[in-house]
This record gives sequence, structure tokens and C-alpha cells, in this order.
Amino acid sequence: MFEYAPAPESRSVVDIAGSYGLFIDGEFDGGKDGNVFKTVNPATEEVLAEVTSAGSEDVDRAVAAARRAFGPWSSLPGAERAKYLFRIARIIQERSRELAVLESLDNGKPIRESRDVDLPLVAAHFFYYAGWADKLAYAGFGPDPRPLGVAAQVIPWNFPLLMLAWKVAPALATGNTVVLKPAETTPLSALFFADVCRQADLPPGVVNIVTGAGDTGAYLVQHPDVNKVAFTGSTEVGREIARTVAGTGKRLTLELGGKAANIVFDDAPIDQAVEGIVNGIFFNQGHVCCAGSRLLVQESIAEELLASLKRRMATLRVGDPLDKNTDIGAINSAAQLARISELSEIGAAEGAERWSPACSLPDRGFWFAPTIFTGVTQAHRIAREEIFGPVLSVLTFRTPEEAVAKANNTPYGLSAGIWSEKGSRILAVADRLRAGVVWANTFNKFDPASPFGGYKESGYGREGGRHGLEAYLA
Amino acid sequence: MPKSSKVLESGPSRLTVRKTYKLYIGGKFPRSESGRTYVVDGDNVALASRKDARDAVLAARAAQPKWAGTTAYNRGQVLYRVAEMLEARRGEFTALGVPGSEVHAAVDRLVWYAGWSDKIAQVTGGANPVAGPFFNISAPEPTGVVAVVAPASLLGLVSVVAPAIVTGNTVVVLAAGPQVAITLAEVLATSDVPGGVVNLLTGRYAETAPWLASHDDVNALDLTGVEHPELAAELERAAAGTLKRVIRPGAATDFTADPGLRPMTALLETKTVWHPKGY
Amino acid sequence: MTVTASAGLSDLRSFLHGLPGVDKVGVEARAAALATRSVKATSKATAIDLAIRMVDLTTLEGADTPGKVRALCAKARRPDPADPSCPPVAAICVYPAMVGVASAALAGSGVHLASVATAFPSGQAPLEVKLADTREAVAAGADEIDMVISRGAFLAGDYNRVFDEIAAVKDACGGAHLKVILETGELGTYDNIRRASWLAMLAGADFIKTSTGKVAVNATLPITLVMLEAVRDFRERHGRVIGVKPAGGIKTTKDAIKYLVLINETAGDDWLHPDRFRFGASSLLNDLLMQRTKLTTGHYAGPDYFTLD
Repeated sequence: MFEYAPAPESRSVVDIAGSYGLFIDGEFDGGKDGNVFKTVNPATEEVLAEVTSAGSEDVDRAVAAARRAFGPWSSLPGAERAKYLFRIARIIQERSRELAVLESLDNGKPIRESRDVDLPLVAAHFFYYAGWADKLAYAGFGPDPRPLGVAAQVIPWNFPLLMLAWKVAPALATGNTVVLKPAETTPLSALFFADVCRQADLPPGVVNIVTGAGDTGAYLVQHPDVNKVAFTGSTEVGREIARTVAGTGKRLTLELGGKAANIVFDDAPIDQAVEGIVNGIFFNQGHVCCAGSRLLVQESIAEELLASLKRRMATLRVGDPLDKNTDIGAINSAAQLARISELSEIGAAEGAERWSPACSLPDRGFWFAPTIFTGVTQAHRIAREEIFGPVLSVLTFRTPEEAVAKANNTPYGLSAGIWSEKGSRILAVADRLRAGVVWANTFNKFDPASPFGGYKESGYGREGGRHGLEAYLA
Repeated sequence: MPKSSKVLESGPSRLTVRKTYKLYIGGKFPRSESGRTYVVDGDNVALASRKDARDAVLAARAAQPKWAGTTAYNRGQVLYRVAEMLEARRGEFTALGVPGSEVHAAVDRLVWYAGWSDKIAQVTGGANPVAGPFFNISAPEPTGVVAVVAPASLLGLVSVVAPAIVTGNTVVVLAAGPQVAITLAEVLATSDVPGGVVNLLTGRYAETAPWLASHDDVNALDLTGVEHPELAAELERAAAGTLKRVIRPGAATDFTADPGLRPMTALLETKTVWHPKGY
Repeated sequence: MTVTASAGLSDLRSFLHGLPGVDKVGVEARAAALATRSVKATSKATAIDLAIRMVDLTTLEGADTPGKVRALCAKARRPDPADPSCPPVAAICVYPAMVGVASAALAGSGVHLASVATAFPSGQAPLEVKLADTREAVAAGADEIDMVISRGAFLAGDYNRVFDEIAAVKDACGGAHLKVILETGELGTYDNIRRASWLAMLAGADFIKTSTGKVAVNATLPITLVMLEAVRDFRERHGRVIGVKPAGGIKTTKDAIKYLVLINETAGDDWLHPDRFRFGASSLLNDLLMQRTKLTTGHYAGPDYFTLD
């Protein structure tokens, strides 16, 4: 084997402070009760920084700042708001190396992905929505669409800065102001984004960042002076938020979990299908709500396909997220690693056959080898529950009818994949899949112009594209 | 005189044959499985139970794929046929006390929605110019089975049912004003609307709505007809159990106004399909 | 399917058309992703020496003369006169008319001698001419023959003719190794590249080669990726290892390393050897030498310090 020498991306491009306050009304300040928490590099367990845990008074101050900023911001001409967003997009492009390294440090994702996927998409998202700010009357939501007010936004740890972009860009373009809470394990890129806002001279209070755990988020979404709640995360928490918001009249959009079927027919372009399967479940360590976590393969080619898949998995490089050749980085947290491990053990205990390629995992940090389970049926928990890790469940089917039935046999409905060289079959299957995003002969593709969001318990509302404006307009 | 008699021409020499107002489930007019009735304006009207609601959801679910699978052109034709039948039966509704102008407005609303069947996808969907060699298209699809707490008026009832079904959903409607609602059911039953697409339950929605709000096989909940904010909040909370789409009360109050697209888009899912482009 | 002769090839078409399709966007994305691998330090040094050992140092010009060919052979034997640790290249690749000169110049060096043949580059000549071309090159000392397939016949769907020609040339080669040039730039689709690869391998090719270097599109990473998948799958089915040779347009060390990464993560170890993988190139060698010198001296090299041949 041709071994690649370590090719680490330089850490020196990012300067992480020892501690961070909250970003409220254009200023960083400490929390009222002085509570802090630590954010660690999941690849090494090294503490990266101390971050303020926002209490209720802090959230009150942030919402009040957003409320004060709302009037002036929403009455700015759209063309002026657009220019702020264009500025932000440009600053992100210029700082993309720094932000990519930061994201990999705090999240554990490979630098190849933060550099080639996350950061380009973040900048593109701001560019896309910047252009909408002065064209809202043409968006199809009536001649005079109005912003809602203050948006409370709670985002997950799997794509910290990208999820921020998905939330903040459309909210600001439509004239809303925001209070955003990043995930507890990945707060840093949002705090760096606060600095980007300052560099862009964004008016104080338009974007406020409050860091903290679940309590902070819960207090934020309950806040009576919030007009809009947008959440991306687990279905369990989404359900709780929907209950909280019930009866308040707050507008709500939810982007929740998934258990996507990736369906491979016997006439698939096999080599690309194998890449699609790998990309579907091992991209970002499988920490992807739309991950193709259920492989449905036509029984007639199952053996051949699995052999190819295993051969391909043996070439996956697991390790240091900052190494430019790493394919699979660290699991984001000890808690998530525990959940992946638990569900995997259940899978084995329920009789599915577990396989991972030989790979040596680092001693420190949170790691999980890419894993597939074969012999899985719809009755297995690993075929039903979202694992949110690099674990693939493999099921077989005989006919397209059976494939569709199995694919839809889940309370989730976020995404799905189809692999076939037959056009009419692809279109018919795509029609019948109950999922908000269907990737045919590709997987895990994202674009600011392409609406994203789920059916059923995967949530409601769409992010991205013209559709993404609706969540922030009255 | 009970309402059922008002719709009939009375004469001195003949005893009128009154109508029995039953439920409308799966294209049939069954009594409540509970055997219960209640008196509304002199008529014994079926008082739907939670099991009737359950049966109605089964009927709606069974009818949904085929209804969604009919061509948009065909669904538009069916809605137009409903408008024709309603126009023809205008007298029945006026006899029940519905103002003639409201019947006309309801007919016109149906015609308006009939025309949307093959246009809404063009207005709300389309090609997305993604940065890569991909064909990418977004199109709306029905969310599935919609439970509706309908407002009391005929125009209100039509204004919540039509947008739901023209987009390919099927509905379970908890109707106020049983005589008007069931007369509309008769219009539907004679208008090529397949059985199960619209199911109408009469009775007390406060009793049945919670069962629909918490039903795992209901995809959306339209609370337009709920008068009490506390009940609406409770139903919305119950709907959160399976993350149903919820149309809150107050979204539409003036049914004579242009409804806009929201009554339809609120019950549509956007599906985005990607495919590579290459030889 | 085992095919040994053109008799009984009625199912050749159905076999070739039954191969899995290749999705263009997918294969290009995969090749582009592999191209982002970062090969540094010691692995770069290993890669450069391997790449030098894989070069088929080529001159295929109407203006080729004995003098030019002798100079090239000298370079093949000792690519970097200043550094005896630099390995020789794999082979010299010339027109049949130059084989005699090259054979003499390479004697005892261990450097292979490849000759293009079969009416290179178009292949538009009668079979007898192609076979004579081949026999003469072998007789003059070539131990490798780079033949071209009849793209016209392939595109017309006359797979049996293409098969028979390859089989006949293979026969004419005697002990010489046969490289079959698919001229992928003229095949139009990746599906055709996969089919042509299988066709050539079934007909007896020892190597499948992308291009003549004489058309607009020569070797590319995704084309080579498809061919590497083909040789990998062929070995799986038939147990025989077929080599791959991208040719044309590979000019820099960076390019060459991308190909090595492609082998490493697709076909695997067994192809990381000059017997199984070649670069058909000319200017590539000097860039490899410059990068090699940079690694040994620690400073950037200049073209005046390397021979022009």
C-alpha cells in the first residue's frame, strides 16, 4: 500500500481565545450569572475555550436587543440589507481557511469536508439570500411580504456554521432580527461569525449569539417576545418545541431527524452507487440528518454490491480531522459516541451481522470505525432509529414496489436515494417516496437554491431556495 | 318544523318524507357506530364518536394514494363537477337558511380551486439552478390525510375542504351545522368525488378533535373552526406528537376575501429531486 | 464469461451491454475528490521514484531521427546524470521504423522497448498491414506493442471485428506484451470506455491504454479511473491482472501523483508497479526530475539543470 505521510492543515491560521462571552447588541459580554462551560476538540479531548452559559436574563437581553434592532433593520431598503449580506458572504470567503480549521477543531469533521463542503456552502448561502433581500415582492408570497420580527434559532452541532447560515441568511434577508443559539458542543464558529458581523458593520442587535445548553435553548424558544422559532435537531426536541410553541401563535419551522433509504436497483451504475452509499452514510461521520442510513439493495445484486462496498470501505481513512487526507474524523462528543455504540450493540444483539474494515483508531478522543450491518430487517431497531453515526443498515428487496414500501415504512421522511440507469423507474420511484429530498444517482448534495426539509416526523418548512423565504415572511 | 322538512315542498294532502342526517364516511352515509344522535334544529343528527373518527381516518388513508395519483386535470374536473352540483342544489341550501349569495360564493370558490389543480405545482415548484451538473426540481405533493375542524358556514366549509382536496389530500372534516354539512356531502357523493376523499362527521368536535389531533396516521390538522383558544392550543400540542402540520385558527376568518395560496401550500410538502446530467 | 476466440462471440454484445453503466457526474466527482489527496514528504519521494519507473518515454513524431531516438534512450537509462540513485524509466516508446535504433541503444539496460503499431494512430488500414507492422516491430526488437483499436468498428457496433483484430495482433506479438490503445477521446462516453476495456481484455490485451496522444482529449483522471475499475473487476472474474497506461497530457509531478492515488484507492497495490501501470509521456519526466531534486536538495530546481531530450 502506498502510504500517505501526515498532511496536517496548519492550526496557526485560527486564533482561539481562552474564553468567550455572549454576543448581544453588537458587543461580547460575560453572562449575568457567570456560568461557563468548556468546549473540547473531540479528536483529542483538549479544551479549546471556555464559553459563557447564557441564563434567562442574558436571553432576555438578547431578545430585547433583537427587538430594538428589528424596527430599523426591517425598514431599511431591501437593497441595503442585501449589501450587508453580500459583505458577510465576502468576509466568510476571505476567512474561509480560518473558519474551516476552526470548524474541524470544534466539531471533529475532516478538514477536507469543512474546507470543500461546509465553508463554500456557507458563503454561497449568504450570497444567495443577499440577492433576495430587495426582490421579496417577486417571491410569490404576495406583493408586500412583511418580516415576522424576532427569530429564535437553535442549531445543531453537525454542521455548525452551515446551519447558522441556513438560519441567519434568510431571516436577515427578509428583515427579521435573530437570536441564535449554537449547539453546546460546537459554539465557536457562531462566535467567530459574530466577529464577521462586526467586521461587516452589521447594526448592533440584528444578530445576537447566546451560547449554552438545552436550558438556554428552551428559554429562548419560550420567550414571549419571540415571533418565530426555527430549530434543527432531533425529532424528540423538535416535538417538545412544537408543544411549547402551541397556542402562542409563534411561527415554527423544524428540520429534524431522518432514516433515509438509499435504494440500489440491479441496473445501477455500481461503482458510483458504492460511492453514493459511502458518501451517504460516512460523510461527516454519519452525523447528517439526511444520511442514507438504510441501504436497500436489490437481492439479485446484494452479494456483489456488498463485496464492492466492503472493498471501498477498507480504503476509508479514519483519523486526525486536520489531516487533509482524512475521510472520517472524530465523533462529536462522548455522549454521541455512547449512543452510536449502544445502538450498534443492540444491532448485533438483535442478530444483524456487524462488519468494519480493519482500522486503527486514535487513543484519545471520540472515535467509531465505519460500520455496516447486514441481514437487517425492518424489525431491527437499527433499521428504525436514527443512529447519527457512521453505521449503515443493509436490507434487501425484490421488486420496486417492495423497495418503495420499505423505504416509506418509517415515521421519518427527510431524504432518500435511488440508483438505477432506467429513467422511468427513477421518476416513478421518486414520485412515490415520501421524502422531502430525493437524490437519484447521487447523494448528499446541497445547494442554497435547492429547498431542503422533511415530510412527516422529519419536520416542516423548507430551508434553501425561494421556499426558504416563506418561513420568515408574514 | 325541523330543518329536514324545510327543504321539502309541503302540501296539505301529503305527509313529507324527511331526510335523516347521518355521517359521510368512505362514500357512504352510515350512522354513528355509537348509535348516538343529538337534536339540532329539530332533527336527530348523528353524533360522531371517536371510533367514527378512526373509521373516517381509515377511509381517508385508503383513498389518498389513488386520489393523489389521479391527474391534476382530473381533480380539477371533479372539483368543477362539485361546483355544478352545488349550483344545482342551491335551493336546498337556501331552504336550510344559507343566504343565496353565500351559496353562490361557495360555488365560485369551488370553481376557483378547480382551476388551481393543474397550476399550483407550477406556481410553487420549479427548476432550481444549483451550482453543478444536476437537474434539480422542486414540486409540491399532498401532505396526506388532513383532519379539519370546519367553520360553521357553508362558505367556510367549502373554503377549508376545497384547498385540501384539490391538492391531492383527503380529509376528515368535523363539521359544525350538520344539516348544511351533510347536504354538502350529498353534493360530493353525486359529483365523482371518490369515496373516502372527503369524510364528514357531525357532532361535538371538542369530543372527536383530540382523537384526530393525536392520531398517528393523520398528517395535518386544520383548526380553522376552533373557537376556543385553549382548545386550539391543546389540539396543537397533541398534534406535536407526530409533528403534524397545523393550520391555526384565525389564519382565515373572512371567507369572502381572496384566500391566497396559503390554504393550499399549508397542506403541501415540497419534494426536491436531484439527478446528475451527463452522457 | 470466458471468451477465447471470436467463434461463439454472439453474446459479446450482450455481455458488453450488460456491464453496469457509468454515471459521468459521479465518476468525475470521485476522481476530483481523489485528486485532493495531499501527498507530502516521504510519500512524495516514494511516489516520484515510482512514477519515474513507470514512464514510457515517448517520441512519436514524423521528425523523429536516429539521433533523437538515441538521445532519448540515453535519457531513459539515466534520467538524471547528476544523480545515480535516480531509477531508469520503464520503456521507450517509438514508431516501428525507430525500433532498430532504439534496440541497439537500450541493449543491456533493462529498459523495455515499446513500438506503436497497427497503423498508429488512426488504425485505418487493412488487417494484414497491421499484422505486418506488428511482426516487423517485434522482429526489430520491440518487446511491447502499443496497438490501436478500430474505433470506427467499435462505434459501429462491430465488436467482433475489434475483438478479432486484437486477438490477431496478440498472436502476431509472439512473446511481446500487447498494449491496446482504446483512444478514449473518440469513444464519446464512459460506458463505451468500460465496454472497450472489457473487449480488449477479453481479446487478450496485457495492458489497456487510454490514448494515442494525437486527439483532443487524451488521458484524464476519470477515464483512467473507469479503466482501473475494469482491470480490477476483470481480475476478480478471470484472475488475470491487466495493466493500465494513461497517455497524453500528463505533464507534471502533481498530475502523476494523482494517478498513483487513483491506483492506490481503486485497483490497489498490485497495480503500483511498472509491470502494471505506465505513464505514456515525454515532458513529464523532467518535471519528475525537478521535483525529485527539490526534495533531495531542499530548494527549487530550474529547467537548465536537466537534459532536454
